[in-house]
Amino acid sequence: MKEFSYQRATDVEGAVALLDADPDARYLGGGTNLVDLMKTGVERPGRLVDVRELPLDRIEPTAEGGLRIGATVTNSDLAAHPEVRSRYPALAEAVLAGASGQLRNMATVGGNLLQRTRCPYFTDTSLPCNKRTPGSGCSAATGEHRNGAVLGASAHCVAVHPSDMGVALAAFDAVVSFETAEGSGELPLADFYLPVGDTPHRETALPQGALITAVTLPPAPVAARSRYRKVRERASYAFAIGSAAGALDVADGTVRDVRLAFGAVASHPWRARAAERMLLGQPAGEAAFAAAADAELAAAQVLEQNAYKLPLLRNLVVSLLTELAEEAAR
Amino acid sequence: MTTTAKPRTVGAARTRVEGREKVTGAARYASEQPFEELAHGWLVLSTVARGRVRAVGEEAVRTLPGVLTVLHSGNAPRLTTDFVSLLGPPDPVVALFQHDRVPHLGWPVALVVAETPEQAREAAEALVVEYDEEPHDVAFRAGRPGTYTPEDGSAVAAKGDLEAELASSSVLVDASYTTPEQHHSAMEPHAATARWAEGRLEVLDTNQGTGWVAGDLAQLFSLDASSVRVRSEHIGGAFGSKGVRPHQVGAVMAATVLHRPVRLALTRRQVFAVTGYRSPTAQRVRLGADPDGRLRAFGHEALNLTSTLRPFVETSAVFGRVMYDARAHHTAHRLVGLDMPTPTWMRAPGEAPGSFAVESALDELAERLDMDPIALRARNEPETGPLSGLPFSSRNLLGCFEEGARRFGWAGRDPRPRLRREGRWLLGTGTAAATYPSGAAPSTASVTAEPDGGFTVRISAADVGTGARTALTLVAAEALDVDPERVTVRIGDSDFGQAWVAGGSMGTRSWSLAVVSAAEELRGRLALSDGDIPPEGITARTDTAGLLAELAKKERHSFGAQFAEVAVDVTTGEVRVRRMLGVFAAGRIINPLTARSQLVGGMIWGLSMALHEEAVRDAASGGQVGADFAGYHIAANADVPVIEADWIDDPVPDDPVGVKGIGEIGIVGAAAAISNAVWHATGVRHRDLPLRPDRILQAEETGPGA
Amino acid sequence: MAPATASAITLKINGEHHTLTVDNRTTLLDALRERLGLTGSKKGCDQGQCGACTVLVDGRRTVACLQLAVAAEGRAVTTIEGVADGEQLHPVQQAFLDLDGYQCGYCTPGQICSALGVLDEHAAGWPSAATGDVRPEAGPPPLTPEEIRERMSGNLCRCGAYVSIVQAVSQAAADPARPATGTDPKEPAA
Repeated sequence: MKEFSYQRATDVEGAVALLDADPDARYLGGGTNLVDLMKTGVERPGRLVDVRELPLDRIEPTAEGGLRIGATVTNSDLAAHPEVRSRYPALAEAVLAGASGQLRNMATVGGNLLQRTRCPYFTDTSLPCNKRTPGSGCSAATGEHRNGAVLGASAHCVAVHPSDMGVALAAFDAVVSFETAEGSGELPLADFYLPVGDTPHRETALPQGALITAVTLPPAPVAARSRYRKVRERASYAFAIGSAAGALDVADGTVRDVRLAFGAVASHPWRARAAERMLLGQPAGEAAFAAAADAELAAAQVLEQNAYKLPLLRNLVVSLLTELAEEAAR
Repeated sequence: MTTTAKPRTVGAARTRVEGREKVTGAARYASEQPFEELAHGWLVLSTVARGRVRAVGEEAVRTLPGVLTVLHSGNAPRLTTDFVSLLGPPDPVVALFQHDRVPHLGWPVALVVAETPEQAREAAEALVVEYDEEPHDVAFRAGRPGTYTPEDGSAVAAKGDLEAELASSSVLVDASYTTPEQHHSAMEPHAATARWAEGRLEVLDTNQGTGWVAGDLAQLFSLDASSVRVRSEHIGGAFGSKGVRPHQVGAVMAATVLHRPVRLALTRRQVFAVTGYRSPTAQRVRLGADPDGRLRAFGHEALNLTSTLRPFVETSAVFGRVMYDARAHHTAHRLVGLDMPTPTWMRAPGEAPGSFAVESALDELAERLDMDPIALRARNEPETGPLSGLPFSSRNLLGCFEEGARRFGWAGRDPRPRLRREGRWLLGTGTAAATYPSGAAPSTASVTAEPDGGFTVRISAADVGTGARTALTLVAAEALDVDPERVTVRIGDSDFGQAWVAGGSMGTRSWSLAVVSAAEELRGRLALSDGDIPPEGITARTDTAGLLAELAKKERHSFGAQFAEVAVDVTTGEVRVRRMLGVFAAGRIINPLTARSQLVGGMIWGLSMALHEEAVRDAASGGQVGADFAGYHIAANADVPVIEADWIDDPVPDDPVGVKGIGEIGIVGAAAAISNAVWHATGVRHRDLPLRPDRILQAEETGPGA
Repeated sequence: MAPATASAITLKINGEHHTLTVDNRTTLLDALRERLGLTGSKKGCDQGQCGACTVLVDGRRTVACLQLAVAAEGRAVTTIEGVADGEQLHPVQQAFLDLDGYQCGYCTPGQICSALGVLDEHAAGWPSAATGDVRPEAGPPPLTPEEIRERMSGNLCRCGAYVSIVQAVSQAAADPARPATGTDPKEPAA
């Protein structure tokens, strides 16, 4: 870890100005990912701008009836918030499924969206990795990739995004607000992450030096009946090998509204729009759920070690939506 | 001696004597003593798996802030490495910077020492090491070329004609099993602080035997044995990994060069790289039985990898030599040398992977015979050692199964698989047998009668979490016939004389023998004295070498029966263990409280082995993929259900202390019991550990009965 | 002039103020262990993957290895050394001791600090991944063994003391004499 300077930002403008003036600077939130990456040598910033004391730690209702979540709200506070638990339960469940109690007390919403992949080749600086060192090659594609991506990957990178929170946010059409020296901006989560293509090191559409200030959830009545299911190689305290956030509104046995997103299948939280389109107006049932999952996974490309993710995701979708449909019927 | 009635000492539950220090954070571990002028070392490990170090760019690093020295093969002091000590020759990786060859990825190539840990880390990361890289081979699998039978005399054991007996058997099992590379992962990383003080080398360390480490360091640095003192007061877990390792050697080397105290603490990644591991295994078990279940043929071949530097045998095939008899009984080990670190002992070396294969195969045989798995084991219970013909000192395996079956509710179990469901979970139960040797090795101990009426025991034992300090307090109190409060046990100091290490389930047994022997001698001397204790006290010191030589040659082992219930969601591949029960016959239990903890801990190791643990090697680089606790999973709290361990009476008539040792047996058979339960739940035999979700899912895709 | 890479800070630990100059790279864990002699917080992985370094910061359990010391200035830190009331062990400590909720003892300070956080978080009504229904209308989840296991899963124990750790946390939770740690997590942001 190289030496760095440290400044604690007291206002958003000041923080943004510091980053704008120094390409070698990084924002420090909870530090749960950045400090680890600095220890492994993946990140070597010359300056840290601590944004944790910025006044961005509120969760507030929006005029439209949604929720605006400040960027420095911790994962713990997000998951404990009554409005989140009541109106977007899958979001609370997703956050609680991630990391540990300690890490959730530190980690922030903004940092969660910007966390880097846990692909083991990315965090080992002695090995080739296009995401870490552009052009060096993808060790995972030809090496160990049991947890590699099956959707939207390329030959240049098969890493998956590790966030659980992001999967629920993707399902609920979250919008990311940010600030730069030039002013404020917004990015729907659907446009927030860039396709992998041949530039896996370019992960988001955020302008250089931008500071995430909030994540806004639009009103979504369907989200009141939602769940998050996560499968991992340990019962807790492990990253997903496959996960799904789902929300379902059924009337008279017919799907009236549905949301579906997958985790640990792509370089970013994966919104399953093809599956959603297929389900709308269909009779709720295992056959329709399975067909919808298959439609979403039709474009999947598996590698030698990760083909299991297709039945896993398909089964998760069926099980999760069936559970929600049964709840609706009660 | 006091004549008032006292509570029982040995056999009564007692909290740990150092418990208060541990729950308040006051207990100091190896890297936690302050020193004036302390310098900090940071190891640099090779990033190639085979080749030579061409150049070490030390000049650029020596000028970085705080850097004191950079040691490597071009400038390091010479070491003596061709010696054999208490536990054999030293691990090749302790020959720190003695040549420029790189035999595996993660081989130590340099040591940077600086004023602060932050400076040392940055300088180590900045150090450019150039290599002449050569092609490497780390691919371990059954049937690969280059395997050989080790020269070790116990590599092969055989009686009878295996092929003939297989041919005349009416029911056969011929199955292959694999276990992956596994790492000890003690929570405390290896760390040592070395300094020279008044002509002696003092090392504060975390290890399983201070005498062992002191002796080896004296040999390595060509020092007089009496001029080396190693202390290891509190040890944050060991499990076989905490012997002589590069951290002590590097710390001593740097302290000697710099003439100031040096601490060398390994990072977690470095612990994975240089402190040993359990080799992966590929095992084939062949069983042939009569229709009544009696074994005619027992064959077990086990392959493991070793480094190109030294053969290390993971003695998986030893398990059956104790457990089951058959007319033809063949067990053999084979090795393959790869560009990998040298494996080492890890909790229940041999028996842990070996029992997974054999006890899984027994379950498959029971299925084919349509016989209860416990009845099958009872049918094959030997009278004497199957190969040695020696009598067992005590063998209460069937008693363990009886008690276990009763408590677990085994009776009435429907043996047919895939019949029980609860929501999305399929349920199943399984069982397996366990055994581990009960050995003892010569040790010295002293007991001092103090003028204040107290007694001080000194022995270079190690409490790696076993509760040894507490157990020896109880043992000494009983032997002295005094209240335990009057006994102080001092351990973890090589100056207390040679003693066996905390390993091989032999520590408490070996040390108890020495402590009892010294206590008895002291009582004899006190009986002859006039009752006055001089200021320096009266000390008796004994060595158990003679005592052990007189012990009759027998099959001396602990035994146990493992039971597990699992839930499997075959749509997601998730496996959850719902409960476990282990019943053991392990001689005399000194402290039920800590003994139960140790046995349950071993069973959790078995659970972790069954479901989680697996170090994966990257073929291209030869390195471990994800060498951290996110990449190498050990069981977390949520993985562990109610687990019960208990024991039955197991007297050992001819043994002076009757203690058998319980450090390893908890893990033996546990993974097989879980795997057998997964078969019972799903109808699919899984012969490769760990039972990962992707494996469960893939088995579903290809269909049951695979 | 290059900006400073060291900082003069004051850390508030177990109620005491400590003024020191730290290399900005120094983690809170290393400041405690290497600079302040508070070695009760353990370094098991230094990567946030084991929980051995768990301390309470502003009343919330965190891992000290991923917290920079310079960023901890102004926050109230409670370490294992500050948990007992003088010679009187905290009920969580006493339960770990009585029920043998440890073996080697290395993960123990982190387990105990984590347990303090768990009890406060549970008292504040926080759900966990083991909670069947996270909606507030479902009411606060009872502190079942399953809830304790999930909530304590950020603290690895290689000796395998989990069974008695769960018993110890359960017993301490039921102890009517359990003092408030004074570290209740703040109410969720409104």
